[in-house]
Amino acid sequence: MRVLIPTPLHDYTGRAWVEAAGSTLRDVLADLDRQYPGIRFRMVDEQDRIRRHIRCFVDGEQIFDLERALRPTDELLIVQALSGG
Amino acid sequence: MPTVNKARRMARAVLLVATRKGAWIYRGDTSRRAWQADGPHFLGHIVSHVVLDPRDGRTLLAAAKTGHLGPTVFRSTNLGRTWKEAARPPAFAKAPGGGGRAVDHTFWLTPGHPSEPGVWYAGTSPQGLFRSEDGGVSWAPFSHINDDPKYLEWMGTVQDGTPDGPKLHSIIVDPRDPAHLYFAMSGGGVHESVDGGRTFTPLVDGLEVVEGFDRGNIAFHDPHCVRLCPSNPDRLYQQNHCGIYRLDRPSKTWVRVGRSMPKKIGDIGFPMVVHPRDADAAWVLPMDGSTVWPRTSPGGVPCVYATRDGGRRWQRLDAGLPRGQAWWTVKRQAMTADAGDPVGLYFGTTSGELWASRDEGARWTCIARHLPEIYAVEAAAVA
Repeated sequence: MRVLIPTPLHDYTGRAWVEAAGSTLRDVLADLDRQYPGIRFRMVDEQDRIRRHIRCFVDGEQIFDLERALRPTDELLIVQALSGG
Repeated sequence: MPTVNKARRMARAVLLVATRKGAWIYRGDTSRRAWQADGPHFLGHIVSHVVLDPRDGRTLLAAAKTGHLGPTVFRSTNLGRTWKEAARPPAFAKAPGGGGRAVDHTFWLTPGHPSEPGVWYAGTSPQGLFRSEDGGVSWAPFSHINDDPKYLEWMGTVQDGTPDGPKLHSIIVDPRDPAHLYFAMSGGGVHESVDGGRTFTPLVDGLEVVEGFDRGNIAFHDPHCVRLCPSNPDRLYQQNHCGIYRLDRPSKTWVRVGRSMPKKIGDIGFPMVVHPRDADAAWVLPMDGSTVWPRTSPGGVPCVYATRDGGRRWQRLDAGLPRGQAWWTVKRQAMTADAGDPVGLYFGTTSGELWASRDEGARWTCIARHLPEIYAVEAAAVA
């Protein structure tokens, strides 16, 4: 599926849109980390909590659960929260 | 101050400057008069510490995060020309039932013993101790303290730590014995291991705590910076939230040597610097720890104090420093010494100025200004 990467993580991907595979959010993030080593830990902590300023959206819905099912046709938008002034 | 007629020629010196908005490397000439800025590295990252591996004189580790992304460690094997991220940065073990701790940032880096090439230690916020055995590429939780119920109690909550989060810092490896380790926690006291980190025990006797608190409770101890004297590893100095201390092993009781500081200056501060060859010599940079703890230079007049007799007497060293209306301070790992003769001293301020002295503090010069808030300064000689 297509995944939108937030600007602060373009150092890893080199571009905004990338492809990643997986049937759950957990799998897709794991595939991203396989392709771009280190990127997952910047977004998800060691307790599998999505970090405070990272947001994931699918079809306009914000998702928080790493086990959330995803379809190959979905677009996953990962954004960095606008916070901090 | 000892009279030194001729400065020892230095290897090429570098200053590793970690700031709230990135890292800089200042490359000095052999006289330590001219410094060339190399940076920013990791612009926009909050960099807590950049350290050179003295065992090869080329490998740098940098502890970084951004305001919004998780923490990591970057590694360079060519003095900062290129960097590569650690494959496995410091992270706590996953708690089986959920609710476990997560590293907010790696705060402190210490290279291992010369007999253990590739070994590094890291201290984090919240307090955690980590070790790498492959030069900083992959990190694992180290020792029992990260999950020990007693230690977790002593670490307290996020609210018990510094405004930027509670920290594990001042990781020290005894140069005579890789199995002899120290670390400190703000808050949570000073701790020692004599078995390679298998076990740690508190080392807080003689240390004071804030009035009204029980000094018998390790959680209330707040060491700001602990340093071991390279020329006498049985001697340690400490800048604590409650004074300046010295410890001469095998004694386990710290002695408050800051009592001999001038009363109007006090003995509160963050950094502590020791002389590379003279265990009687050390420097502090006092700050205002009165009332609501402004954490500024006392009265807006920055000063360094030096002792040459193990803390019995202190001498003010402020030539070249601002004479007033300078309300900055210096954080715990933002003041350091090089190995030159005379010793070069360096500190970075919360207002982004980098100051240097080529004569053990007798005269100070500002060598950079307008940097972001400086978190750490390390001086090193490069290969």
